[in-house]
Amino acid sequence: MTLTQQLITIGIVIAVTIFTRAIAFWLFPEGKKTPPFITYLGKVLPPAVFGMLVIYCLKDSSLFSQTHALPELLSIALIAVVHVWKRNMFLSIATGTVCYMLLMQFVF
Amino acid sequence: MIKKAFKCAFPYTVPILTGFLFLGISYGIYMRALGFSAAYPIFMSMLIFAGSMEFVTATMLLSSFNPVGAALLTLMVNARHIFYGITMVSKYKQVGRKKWYLIFGMCDESFSINCSVDVPEGVDKGWFYFWVTLLNQSYWVLGATSGALIGSLLTFDTKGLEFVMTALFVVIFLDNWLKEKNYISSLLGLAASLACLVLFGADKFLVPSMCVIFLILSLARPALKKEVA
Repeated sequence: MTLTQQLITIGIVIAVTIFTRAIAFWLFPEGKKTPPFITYLGKVLPPAVFGMLVIYCLKDSSLFSQTHALPELLSIALIAVVHVWKRNMFLSIATGTVCYMLLMQFVF
Repeated sequence: MIKKAFKCAFPYTVPILTGFLFLGISYGIYMRALGFSAAYPIFMSMLIFAGSMEFVTATMLLSSFNPVGAALLTLMVNARHIFYGITMVSKYKQVGRKKWYLIFGMCDESFSINCSVDVPEGVDKGWFYFWVTLLNQSYWVLGATSGALIGSLLTFDTKGLEFVMTALFVVIFLDNWLKEKNYISSLLGLAASLACLVLFGADKFLVPSMCVIFLILSLARPALKKEVA
């Protein structure tokens, strides 16, 4: 990619991000009622999207690769334990990441 | 009024301060590790200001030029903001011109705080929302900037650091799971995406996944409607 192409790409990301944040405010301006179907989707969609993003992050991991995706699976298991135990988002993220880095650098 | 709202808002942002500094620094280092100059993470953290999307953008910048793909991927990764917007339409009323900054800065964390905190009596809501949003963004930009600048001085092996993004989503997913009454939507998200990943492959599974999720949730509305009401 050339610098111009990179700037265009970043510009598109900025514009679309703003679009996703602003569209509800354009479609449902102050003083108008939000359709029930949209309210329903707003409530049920987020968990599914989070699940999809977890899979998206793991899309390049393979059970059949050299590491059999063990660093990923072990780190995620540790995150789950730490998170259920402490319920501190950032502690869980930090522990999982450090665990993965240690596994990748010293074990696998 | 402005000062009072600041004093009220700041404590709520302290956990984000810790997290965003860590994640921001990781992002700055990550960008440098990929070979980008410090200007990239600094301006991207300031102008995109959507943590996960900034990591994804880094990957896009390293592949071939594809503006339509970039727009679609951003739309998909950030589609959840549409629903944050729907939730905040009523809360962000009558806050004046600050509203446009609140919308621009509506990341997961600012949304969560502004959506859940009952602003105390006597504190201006608009300014409270504004400070939460601005403080959170400052932490993120500060983190990314330090990471980008310190990144060039650090000599430790950053192999595996990219996992911070996976960890972020796993924790958001899990945190949500622990608060749920039923796990239908969470399980649907995992199952549909996994099935589409196997069927369509890593490069093409996001759009089919979104379609399947949207379709099933739409069809299940009569059954799920009562549970989420």
